[in-house]
Amino acid sequence: MILAVASGKGGTGKTSVACALALALDRPLTFLDCDVEGANAHLLLRPELRSKEEVLVPYPTIDHSKCNLCGKCVEHCHFGAMVRLGKKVKVMENLCHGCGVCRLVCPQDAVTMSGRPVGIVHQGTAGLMRFFCGELRTGEALSVPIIKRIKKEKDDLVIIDCPPGTSCPAVESVEGSDFALLVTEPTPFGMHDLKAMITVCRRLEVPCGVVINRSFGEDKEVESLCEAAGVPVLLKIPFDRKVAEAYAKGGTLLEAMPEIAEDLRDMFVEIRGLRR
Amino acid sequence: MIKIAVLSGKGGTGKTTAVASMAWYSENLVLADCDVDAANLALTMSGRLRTKDDYKGAYIASIDPKLCVECGKCEDICHFEAITDLKVNTIHCEGCGACQVVCPVGAITMSLRKSGEIFVLDTARGPMVYADLFPGESNSGKLVTIVRRLADDLAESDGLDTVLIDGPPGTGCPAIASVTGVDLILAITEPSRSGEHDLLRLIELAQHFSIPICVAVNKWDLHPGMTREIEESCRRQGVMVVGRIPYDTNVMASIKAMRPLPSMFPKSPAALEFHKIWKEVRSRSKERKGSGLSLNLD
Repeated sequence: MILAVASGKGGTGKTSVACALALALDRPLTFLDCDVEGANAHLLLRPELRSKEEVLVPYPTIDHSKCNLCGKCVEHCHFGAMVRLGKKVKVMENLCHGCGVCRLVCPQDAVTMSGRPVGIVHQGTAGLMRFFCGELRTGEALSVPIIKRIKKEKDDLVIIDCPPGTSCPAVESVEGSDFALLVTEPTPFGMHDLKAMITVCRRLEVPCGVVINRSFGEDKEVESLCEAAGVPVLLKIPFDRKVAEAYAKGGTLLEAMPEIAEDLRDMFVEIRGLRR
Repeated sequence: MIKIAVLSGKGGTGKTTAVASMAWYSENLVLADCDVDAANLALTMSGRLRTKDDYKGAYIASIDPKLCVECGKCEDICHFEAITDLKVNTIHCEGCGACQVVCPVGAITMSLRKSGEIFVLDTARGPMVYADLFPGESNSGKLVTIVRRLADDLAESDGLDTVLIDGPPGTGCPAIASVTGVDLILAITEPSRSGEHDLLRLIELAQHFSIPICVAVNKWDLHPGMTREIEESCRRQGVMVVGRIPYDTNVMASIKAMRPLPSMFPKSPAALEFHKIWKEVRSRSKERKGSGLSLNLD
C-alpha cells in the first residue's frame, strides 16, 4: 500500500503525522520525503544516510558553429527558455523543462541534449525503515523530476511525506497512492486549503481521509466541511504546548504524546479498509 | 517603487499573519498574494472586487482520433509520460508541444486552457492582487509572475510606492518567481529544527540571487533556546534579525475571525512587534533599493 500524507496548507503537521505513524507501526516500510524544497522528516526520524544520487534532467546544448540563427527553437519553446541574444541563441536554465522540442525542430542538428543536475536523493535507514529524501538544488525551480525519482522506490508499505500546495509537486507526490491522509488545522486557512486538496485527490482518484491537528475539541466547521465532501475524519490530535516544545527540538509527536501511538495504529487499520 | 517579499521556506510559520498585520500599519501599498496554490491573504483582508480575469497559462495537447494513425511517436517522444494508449493525461502534460512536432499526420493540436483566476480587491489598506490556481494545475511560477506584474502596474497607476508580497512556502519555482527583483525578503521562521533548516535553505536562495534578506522569529518564546540558535545561525550568515514575535493567543482569535490582527487587537504583544518589524523592514528596503538581481521568469 502507498499512503500519502498531504495538505494544501504548509505547516499543518504533515511531517509530524507521517513520522509518528511510521514509528508507531514499528514494522518494515519505506518512507519517502517528497517535500524536496523543504525536507524535514530526517530531522525527526534521524536516519543513517548511506548514499546519495544526483538527479539529472535533460538539458539542451547548442553547437554555435552549426546554429544558423533560424529561430525555430525560440519559436517552438513553450517555456520561453530559448532566447536570441545578439548573434547567439541562449538557453535560460531556470525556464527549461527539458522537453527536447528545440532539438526536434532544429534543422541544423545543432542541439544536443545532456543531463543537468537539479538535486539529490539521499538514501538510508531508520530502524526498520528504508528512508529516502530529496533535496532541490539552491536556485533550481524544477522539483518534480526529483519527486519522480524518489517515487520509483517500491515496498509493501510506502509512506510519502508530501510537499504543501496543490500544484505540480503536490500532485506528483500524491498521484498513484492508494490513500491520501490530509492533515489540516481547524482555522479558515486550513479549511480553505483542505478543500482544494480534496479536489486534487478527486482528480487523481485517490481516496482520502482527514487528520485534524491542533484541535481545541470544537471542530464543527471542519467536520461539516468533511461531511459535505464525503471525506471521513480519521483522527484528531489535541493542541498541546508540550508537542510544540518537543517538535522545536526535533522530537516526534510520539515522544510528546505517547498515547497517540495506539490511535495511529487504529487509524492505519481503518485506512486499510478505505484504500483504493 | 519598493518591493518586499515575505517568505519562510517552511509552511505555516505565519507569513500571511505577518503580511496582513504589516499592511494594517501602512498606506500607499499594493498587496500581492503569491501563494497561488493556497491563497489565504484574501481570507484576512476583505475588500471590494475590482476586477477578475481568467488565467490561461497551460497549453495542453489533444489528439484528434480521426486523424491519428496510431504510430506511437508521440508516446515515445514525451518526456513527461503524459501520453499513454494515445490519450493525453491532462495532469502530466506540460504543454511543451514535442508530440505535435513529431506527429506525422498533424493529428495533435496545442491549446491554451483556463487553469485559474486572477482577482484585484480594494481593501481598506489599498489594492490587493491574488490568484486562485485551480487544484492540480501546473505553471504556478508563471501565475506568480503575472500576479506580480499586475501588482506593479497597480502601484504605478494608483500612485502607490510599496508592493508587499505574501510568498509561498518552499524554495522552488513559485518561490523563485516571488523573490525575483524584490528589494528585500523578510523571512518569517519559527523556533524549531524544521523552521531553522528551511530558513537556511531560503537564505541560501536569497544569497544565490543576491537579494537582501532579513529574519523575524515568530512564536519565539515557545522555545527561547532554539530562537537563540536560529539567531546565531543568521548572524553567521551575515543576515540581520529584525524582530521576535511572541506567542500570542490573539493571533489565533484573529485568524478565526478572518481579520488582520491589529484591527482586532491593536495593543496585543504580537501586533506591536509586527508594527516595529514593519518600520524596520521599510527603512531597510529603502536603503537597499535596487541592489537585487532581476530575472525574467515566465
